[in-house]
Amino acid sequence: MAGRGTIRGLSETRTATEAALAAVFREEAARLTAAMVRMVGNFDIAEEVVQDSLLAALETWPVQGIPDKPGAWLMTTARRRAIDLLRRDQRYADKVALLERSTMPVEPAEADDRLRLIFTCCHPALAQEAQVALTLRAVAGFTTQEIAAAFLVSEPTMAQRIVRAKRKIVEANIPYRVPQGAELIPRVDAVLAVLYLMFNEGYLSRGSSAAMRRDLAEDALWLAAMLAALLPEQAELLGLVALMRLQLARSQARFDSRGEIVLLPDQDRSLWDRGAIAEATTTLQGAAALGSPGPYQLQAAIAAVHAQARSWGETDWSQIIALYDALLRLADSPVVRLNRAVALSHVRGPEVALGEVNDLAIELGGYHLFHATRAELLDEIGEKALAREARLRALELCQNPAERTLLQRKLDA
Amino acid sequence: MKYVLLFVGTMEDQKQFESQSTEEMQKAMGGAMNWFESYTRAGKVVGGEQLKGPETVTTVRFKDGKPMVTDGPFIESKEIIGGFAVVDVKDLDEALDMAKAWPAGPVEVWPAVER
Repeated sequence: MAGRGTIRGLSETRTATEAALAAVFREEAARLTAAMVRMVGNFDIAEEVVQDSLLAALETWPVQGIPDKPGAWLMTTARRRAIDLLRRDQRYADKVALLERSTMPVEPAEADDRLRLIFTCCHPALAQEAQVALTLRAVAGFTTQEIAAAFLVSEPTMAQRIVRAKRKIVEANIPYRVPQGAELIPRVDAVLAVLYLMFNEGYLSRGSSAAMRRDLAEDALWLAAMLAALLPEQAELLGLVALMRLQLARSQARFDSRGEIVLLPDQDRSLWDRGAIAEATTTLQGAAALGSPGPYQLQAAIAAVHAQARSWGETDWSQIIALYDALLRLADSPVVRLNRAVALSHVRGPEVALGEVNDLAIELGGYHLFHATRAELLDEIGEKALAREARLRALELCQNPAERTLLQRKLDA
Repeated sequence: MKYVLLFVGTMEDQKQFESQSTEEMQKAMGGAMNWFESYTRAGKVVGGEQLKGPETVTTVRFKDGKPMVTDGPFIESKEIIGGFAVVDVKDLDEALDMAKAWPAGPVEVWPAVER
């Protein structure tokens, strides 16, 4: 699979069983949760028993092996757990009877079922961090422990965040439905924001020492691709799929043998996954054909221009600047301006670019990449002392371990 | 399911509202009245009132079991509740649609305990 084994140290900690478990979980979780919500009618309980069945599988499967029909195993376990939970409550007598009667083969969930689930998890009435956590748990089959590790919070904190969100779904009666008509686009946007946040969290934290059973970036792509299969007419969704796939296609080249970041100009392009790049390019063309451009499609197009250049020197910078200009017209932001300035430096030189970057000082003063970019440009025009100062400032502000190592290396050089 | 929609705002919003011309003010009031009327006819609004200003509010609280009457609202004085509507709808999305259609500022949507 593309991107797997990117980080040498990390892939070794992931055993074959764990990888197989993760694959089964993400294949089955949404289907299971959707089926349980349908049977039990209560999102909170349904999601809880699915999580319980995943935890049971984590205990048993590594010892006894993965069963022939893992989906059926999980469904049986979830169903038993639901019966146990609901038996005590008279209000659920009918449901218990239904659960007991049902031999419940794992019916292939209808497409709409998974969609309903995703839209409920990403409902705007929930805080975005809770949307991310719920989506990972209910749709991608992550355990609370894994989500907590990915977002660097304690397990009880994450558990509480999830419990609160699920309670709100039930108490405020957040509907379990696919938004229709004019609501669909803004609701899809909310889902895309969640998936992209998930992706970045995984993509940027790669190479850090935290060993993870699951790869958030790959799971985010998987979720986006699944969603795109269900909503094939959403151009921005296709754009996001292309963007993620293009970024992951470069994975093999992003870190060196010591796990340290290799920046785009220095990457060994023969390690890029050409198959994934071609696939992403086709997806992006499909998105463009829908005639509704947006920020994800433009970002993917920028990534595609990089992916198509055979070397750093052959990058089509004027094309990239044109795409950044289009992006700024749709969604003006200082971070996009910063990236545009980097592209500009290759066409009009570091001094012009530095002028543009310095204009962003007030808005981006607290952003480490603002200072890191200044440092690069200052180096290029021979202002070594100022460059060093900017780099030290970047180091102060930077949290990501792999990026910190890179900054330190440049300071030591 | 029932929800209470609280029409909230800041004192500054209120001042701004009051500094409008009579015509503008009537137009704004008209929007709110239309909202109430059309949703009441549709059977979605089952109760509600416009409230007078915070300078008219009195709070009763209890100290050692004895009622204490004080001038002013209990909530932060910078915020005010201009009115409320009790709505009876299918789910949160429907309540949120109604809140989005409210023409006069922020709306808090509180689910009511079911009995």
